[in-house]
Amino acid sequence: MPLYLNDDQQMLQDSASDFMKGEGDVAHFREFRDKNCKDGFSHDLWKKFAEMGFTGILVSEEEGGLGLGHVEAGTVLEQIGRNLTPSPFLTTAVAGVEALNAGGKALREKYFPGILSGDSVLALAIDEGAKHRPDQIQMAATREGNGFKLNGKKQFVVQGGSADTLIVAARTSGAAGDDKGLTLFAVDTETNGLARENVRLVDSAVAAHVEFENVIVDADAVIGEVDDGDIVLRRMLNAGRAGSAAEIMGVGAGAMDITVDYLKGRKQFDKIIATFQALQHRMSHLYSEMEIARATVLKAQQMLDDGSSKAELMVSVAKAKAGRATALSVKEGVQMHGGVGMTDEYDIGLYMKRDRGLQEFMGDANYHTNLVAEMHGY
Amino acid sequence: MSDLDTFRAETAAWLEANCPVEMREPVVDESDACWGGRNPVYKPGQKEWMDIMAAKGWTVPDWPKEYGGGGLSRAEAKILGQEMARLKCRSPLSSFGIWMLGPALLHFGTEEQKKHFLPQIARGEIRWCQGYSEPGSGSDLASLQTSAVDEDDHFVISGQKIWTSYADKADWIFCLTRTDKSEKHKGISFMLFDMASDGVSTKPIKLISGASPFCETFFDDVKVPKSYGEGISSVVFEVNRGWDVAKYLLGHERSMISGQGGSSGGSLGAKFADQIGRDSMGRLDDPMLRADLAEMDIELLAFRAMAERFGDTFKAGLCHPAQPNMMKYAGTELNKSRYELIMAAGGSEVLEWESDASNGGLTARDWLRTKANSIEGGTSEVMLNVISKQILQLPGA
Repeated sequence: MPLYLNDDQQMLQDSASDFMKGEGDVAHFREFRDKNCKDGFSHDLWKKFAEMGFTGILVSEEEGGLGLGHVEAGTVLEQIGRNLTPSPFLTTAVAGVEALNAGGKALREKYFPGILSGDSVLALAIDEGAKHRPDQIQMAATREGNGFKLNGKKQFVVQGGSADTLIVAARTSGAAGDDKGLTLFAVDTETNGLARENVRLVDSAVAAHVEFENVIVDADAVIGEVDDGDIVLRRMLNAGRAGSAAEIMGVGAGAMDITVDYLKGRKQFDKIIATFQALQHRMSHLYSEMEIARATVLKAQQMLDDGSSKAELMVSVAKAKAGRATALSVKEGVQMHGGVGMTDEYDIGLYMKRDRGLQEFMGDANYHTNLVAEMHGY
Repeated sequence: MSDLDTFRAETAAWLEANCPVEMREPVVDESDACWGGRNPVYKPGQKEWMDIMAAKGWTVPDWPKEYGGGGLSRAEAKILGQEMARLKCRSPLSSFGIWMLGPALLHFGTEEQKKHFLPQIARGEIRWCQGYSEPGSGSDLASLQTSAVDEDDHFVISGQKIWTSYADKADWIFCLTRTDKSEKHKGISFMLFDMASDGVSTKPIKLISGASPFCETFFDDVKVPKSYGEGISSVVFEVNRGWDVAKYLLGHERSMISGQGGSSGGSLGAKFADQIGRDSMGRLDDPMLRADLAEMDIELLAFRAMAERFGDTFKAGLCHPAQPNMMKYAGTELNKSRYELIMAAGGSEVLEWESDASNGGLTARDWLRTKANSIEGGTSEVMLNVISKQILQLPGA
């Protein structure tokens, strides 16, 4: 399979691009930021995502979805990144759906209709500290009657406040650091004992701190098998990491385009500043970095879709590389804009803030660099 | 099984059966490359491997069969490359004819020129060198002054080239000459002639690596026939249109040099962890070096994906025409960084310049050689200029 989008994928990207520009551009982002509403995104827009079929990309055709893959999900995410479109797409339709795809039919039948119609929102309750450390999960799930009792705290639960359902990773046996002993649960946010505190982040996304105090769930809330949650978790993380790599790459590409346009319009010393070689070389270096990031992200998505045994390695490569390239893009962007880059009026700063949020989502470049070393056995 | 699966299985079986054992040993240094030519130096297995691959057209798998190629599709050629890599088969023939002149002739040559020159290249019979740079014309290549004066049925060439790779070992040269002094870009011609002609002399240049892969090449009133037979002009394309050929070919050269960045094989970190040592957790026991190596492993895998994407989009006509410049920039800068890290990880042992243990200072010499990557074939700074102008469309300074 060649390493570029095929005609169908290109068409999907074009329609995602038109859709985000038309319905969810930066002006839309600003509108929802300034409303300061609880959820941080438009439920009407989320319905339109569903009408476009986007929410069913990773849902099989038999279950009412499009039965497509990570490449296709990535084309939508890149456009979300480019336009800073606020939506629960990544947590719900990408990582959330993949977690459910790793589990049993009953859960999919319960949750997919709401996702396909744009009525439901999923959020992922993984992180317990400031940094992403899924191998160190401590939250406890103990047997209770026919089900489990959850106790513990989660944070950085993006869209946690607006979610109907949380995908929760908890420990049913073993100790932090063990491969086995994790179990994943689908937990309705209205369950007794579950308390959410919404926090607005630097990029205006809304995440939640979630406390579980003797939260009782049925055995049928278990995704996959008890103590084998690592299998579900891995699939969900791969999807979320490849997806966030695609989105962050879109942020970087969008920031680069804005900056190139600015350089072509701004005059100093009676010259368009784009004519200065000091700026040209930096922009060209950035272009090169973004191109490599794009190839890396697409490669990881293709490998995931192929079920390659090396996909996980490439996903970490993609998250790290796309993260570093986009960090460069937004930093250069603000610097090259000069003073106006510091203002809220210009968009470039919004890209810088979005980059920061996505860097942390499911592991930053340092985290994934360490994983690459571990996967290579050193 | 699809046609491509069948092709893969048959190719693997054929390679297993026909590749000499010596040609499946890792390449150690430049002497392990087979260059062919009129005065060849073969190591055991090299000629046999070159000949049997040439007979299948697989020294140039994607060239048309009528010019000595294998006539393979892009997908088949990719599979052949993958199977050769998997079975550790060496490249059967290293050749500027294959990498550079061939693509130029395929694009610009007459049918007669293609039929005459390309099969000799594919079979490794003629070793070519490239006459581009001059002492006063480096990054500003189009300012070149080596003149070709029209004298009835021949040209008379006089002037000097520099950085001519293996000119002292080459049989023929493809050379940029000035055929019109009143025009800069439109006064250049792309000529082919025999290095054994009277008036051609070469002088190797000793580099900081101690090796001498490059020469100064002198032309002292060299007579070059206008034609080598019916339709076989010594000028490719048209007189005074050589810059078009050169630009096209520079694209190929840039994409070729760019490939070096990703040519690492396995994980650098894993290799050096074995050499340097591990802590009780199995981690390379120098945490900062471990971090650098892991970052490099990421960069190498990322660039390998980039090279694959570039190759796929290039062949499909989907990539920006100036994209080879980006590849050349990124690939050469990465290769330099990779060797900086290899030297840092190797420690004092790779400082040895002549010892047997260091294989004659091979790593250090290779490290120094990489410094030319971002100079030859267009400097990184020129690449960045081209990206700025042609891809980002930033206005001229």
